[in-house]
Amino acid sequence: MWQWFHRLGSPRWFYQASGKWLPWLAGITFVLLLIGLMWGLGFAPRDAKQGNSFRIIYIHVPASFLALAGYYVMAIAGAVGLIWKMKLADMVMKSAAPLGAALTFVALITGAIWGKPTWGTYWVWDARITSMLVLLFLYMGVMALQHSYTSVDAANRASAVLSLVGMVNIPIIYKSVDWWYTLHQPATIKFTEAPTMHPDMFHPLLVMIAGFYCFYALVLILNTRSEILHRERRSSWVKDIVLQNQR
Amino acid sequence: MMHPIRRQRLFLVIFIVVAASLAVGLMTYALRDNINLFYPPSEIAAGDAPPGVRIRAGGMVVDGSVERASDSLFVRFLVTDGEAEVEVHYTGILPDLFAAGEAAVVTGELDKQGIFMASEVLAKHDENYTPPEVADAMNAAHERAKQSTDES
Repeated sequence: MWQWFHRLGSPRWFYQASGKWLPWLAGITFVLLLIGLMWGLGFAPRDAKQGNSFRIIYIHVPASFLALAGYYVMAIAGAVGLIWKMKLADMVMKSAAPLGAALTFVALITGAIWGKPTWGTYWVWDARITSMLVLLFLYMGVMALQHSYTSVDAANRASAVLSLVGMVNIPIIYKSVDWWYTLHQPATIKFTEAPTMHPDMFHPLLVMIAGFYCFYALVLILNTRSEILHRERRSSWVKDIVLQNQR
Repeated sequence: MMHPIRRQRLFLVIFIVVAASLAVGLMTYALRDNINLFYPPSEIAAGDAPPGVRIRAGGMVVDGSVERASDSLFVRFLVTDGEAEVEVHYTGILPDLFAAGEAAVVTGELDKQGIFMASEVLAKHDENYTPPEVADAMNAAHERAKQSTDES
């Protein structure tokens, strides 16, 4: 029963399989982001109150979505690595950290740029924004732990435990705007209700979110592939690949 | 069947997640009042907000309550949460999205008369996004509905 699971955990199998997915994934990502950006920035109507400045939503919301979803990817990969000692899971966890940190940073910066004309300030210490900053520090903590051990196993264990402990922050970020009084507005897109956004503005946002999901998968796979080559550099199949490329 | 060592590690992972959630949950519960960015007007009216200390208040700017001085940047307005109103005095530039009927968050101190002397005014945006034409049409329909009820 667990056999397929262990095959999936083989770095060599993953490296070879993902090589075939990459061109397709890259193509879909490029098309979705291009359509989404042109549609959102060029053709979607402006907002009645904010004017054109609302268009930063087409970067801010998808980046925030993936910053949060990416944390689950990192924490679940860490848990799988802890329980099953699966090499590939540890590599995915390590690769997800800088990507998640970058997306969190983009979400914070675009939020600050939007905040100045809309709220009248770049930054305010409300529950949503502060918990998002904590998320950035959690990602950076995992990155730091990965580099602070000489033993790969110890680094993996430590960063997996930090990822799992930090997971409690994700529902707090999601619900912060409902649980407390914050300056940040409540969610526009909800799973249970219709979005409180005009369809002409909402559809390009959906395309951008789909594009960011593909972008996330693409960069995660690329990061993981280079991590595989690095950690498996002494194995014969990696040496074969390197020799082939040199010829 | 799962290997006993792996099952033990699985329980360890679940324990870490549950213990961390419990700890952070209790902490945020204990700090729940401090995590709120601002006081709603009803809590200020009830005397829950300390006077003479820098605090924030937030609510809807009451329609028709915004009065601007003609010779300075002084402005005064009322904010409400539907239950109580607080009078806010402020001298300075207001954000572009500040308007009657919209939400605002003000930073400052309560004086002895219960007037909020603000040093900063922020506009709070809602979660709704509408194109201008749709917003105009909605306002026009709202006006028509109001007129027809006034006439009848």
